[in-house]
Amino acid sequence: MRKRHTPKDRLITVALHVALAAGLFFAAFPIYWMLTSSFKSNTEIFALPPTILPKAFTLEAYAAILGDPVKLRFFFNSYFVAGAVTVLTVLIALLAAYGFSRFNFRGKGSLNTLIISTQTIPPITLLIPFFGLVVSYGIFDTYVALIVTYLVFTLPYAILLMTGYLNTLPRDLDEAVAVDGGSSWTALWRVIVPISLPGIVATSVYTFLLCWNEFLFALTLTKSTSMRTVPIGIQLLMGQHAFEWNQMMAMSVLGSLPLLLIYLLAQRYFLAGMTAGSVK
Amino acid sequence: MTPQKRSHHRLKRAVAPYLYLSPSLIIISLLMLLPMVTVIGYSFQNSAVLRRDPSFAGLKHYQAIFADPVFWASLWHTLYFTCMSVVFHMTIGMIFALMLNSDRINPTLRNILRVLYILPWLFTAVIIAVIWRLLLEPNGVVNSILMQLGIIGSKVEWFSSPETALHAVTFANIWAGYPLFMVSLLAGLQGIPKDFYEAADIDGAKAYQKLIFITIPQLMPIIISISLLDFIWTMQVFPLIWITTGGGPIYSTEVLSTYTYKLAFSSYNLSQAAASAVIILLISLGLTLFYIRYQKAR
Repeated sequence: MRKRHTPKDRLITVALHVALAAGLFFAAFPIYWMLTSSFKSNTEIFALPPTILPKAFTLEAYAAILGDPVKLRFFFNSYFVAGAVTVLTVLIALLAAYGFSRFNFRGKGSLNTLIISTQTIPPITLLIPFFGLVVSYGIFDTYVALIVTYLVFTLPYAILLMTGYLNTLPRDLDEAVAVDGGSSWTALWRVIVPISLPGIVATSVYTFLLCWNEFLFALTLTKSTSMRTVPIGIQLLMGQHAFEWNQMMAMSVLGSLPLLLIYLLAQRYFLAGMTAGSVK
Repeated sequence: MTPQKRSHHRLKRAVAPYLYLSPSLIIISLLMLLPMVTVIGYSFQNSAVLRRDPSFAGLKHYQAIFADPVFWASLWHTLYFTCMSVVFHMTIGMIFALMLNSDRINPTLRNILRVLYILPWLFTAVIIAVIWRLLLEPNGVVNSILMQLGIIGSKVEWFSSPETALHAVTFANIWAGYPLFMVSLLAGLQGIPKDFYEAADIDGAKAYQKLIFITIPQLMPIIISISLLDFIWTMQVFPLIWITTGGGPIYSTEVLSTYTYKLAFSSYNLSQAAASAVIILLISLGLTLFYIRYQKAR
């Protein structure tokens, strides 16, 4: 129906592409600036007029970060905590999701509502009692404190994501196990888990990202430099040498690598997780 | 199966879901519901956490908060920051989704742009804060571009002058948050049946009429539920503001979360901080109730 190739039509197409270019500048320029600044010297970052590409390309900022054991420890802590929480969350959430997806029981509806509403509890509200608890149990400034607190924030999302995935799988499969006299536990591990790998991957990815990004609890529940995670490390770097912008950008690039890699390699799973809260 | 075996089986079926759910429920009750009760308790005590046998304080801490002008300023800043963020997240997300969905662009370009437009979403709040501090440094690239274009006459201290700081953090948050809307609306657009538009074409509808009478009404459920979630989450933003301005200068970017954090961990007034945290919890719960009702009505 549409009339093509009239001058007006061509004008609209050109205008659309100009708008797309403007959108691209808005979305990507800050990231581009971070990336190129990490390859510049500190003086060049503030050169007038600004240099679009590094004039004197240098890896000195990366060398400074990767050669410093204190900063490498931040990365180790982040990977360790996020990895541990991901394993625990996926296991616990898988069991809960199996219960929600395959059984009808009293209180199912209200439990589901409870889990949906816990997603919106403000972290700052839980921070104060957590601080009190962590101090009184003597786990302040330990991995355990971070792992336990993160678990509470990742679990509701993970349960909803996994339940959503299990609901898409046909029930005949696990019913076949029941007919053969197998328990629901057997059905879970023999039948459900092997075909749920995409759901498990999506849940793991999202859980990992939530932990990797966490700031408020890492800031409050740890104290010594050796227990700090990457986000806190970046903040510390900012306080120590407020003018080492190239190092801060290099650390930011390194700190964004897991997310960027997951996004590029597993875009589908990434988006499944990121929009999980909103489509339920 | 013998009848005995069958009743045993039925019993197992009845108990099983609770067993599968129990680890999650134990964690959620002990680490989410119990702490919520605890924080409410703290807000009625004197020297909560800090003393072993705190005395009852009544409503003292709530009165202190409501009498504090910084609390009211924080509430106002939170409201401004959140409303502006949600409105612009929605507008930018909608514009980008509509542009990407247009059949006037080539599919390869569309796929490349979709990946690039999502970029801000891939960065942690702390990193977003650091990036914007670099961009908005007085000697930074934004000032030098704006000065070359003649939009500003002299260097603006975006994050450190009280007139611009709140706008600057809001802008950074707008940049960081629109992809959620974009991705969800794009998925929604692809779900609108093509015949709606074909029927409108036959009736000779103009592009803007199709937008107002087909596209927007079809996307309304997504727009409402994402706006509510975005509102709840933006209200709780902490790291972005903490790292860019720390709530300053002179409280000009203080929001409820930074206000509460400072009460607790700079002034060590944990009781009053607990009262403030309860107020934030009540606002969030009110909005959550609204969100759940809306989701159920759908």
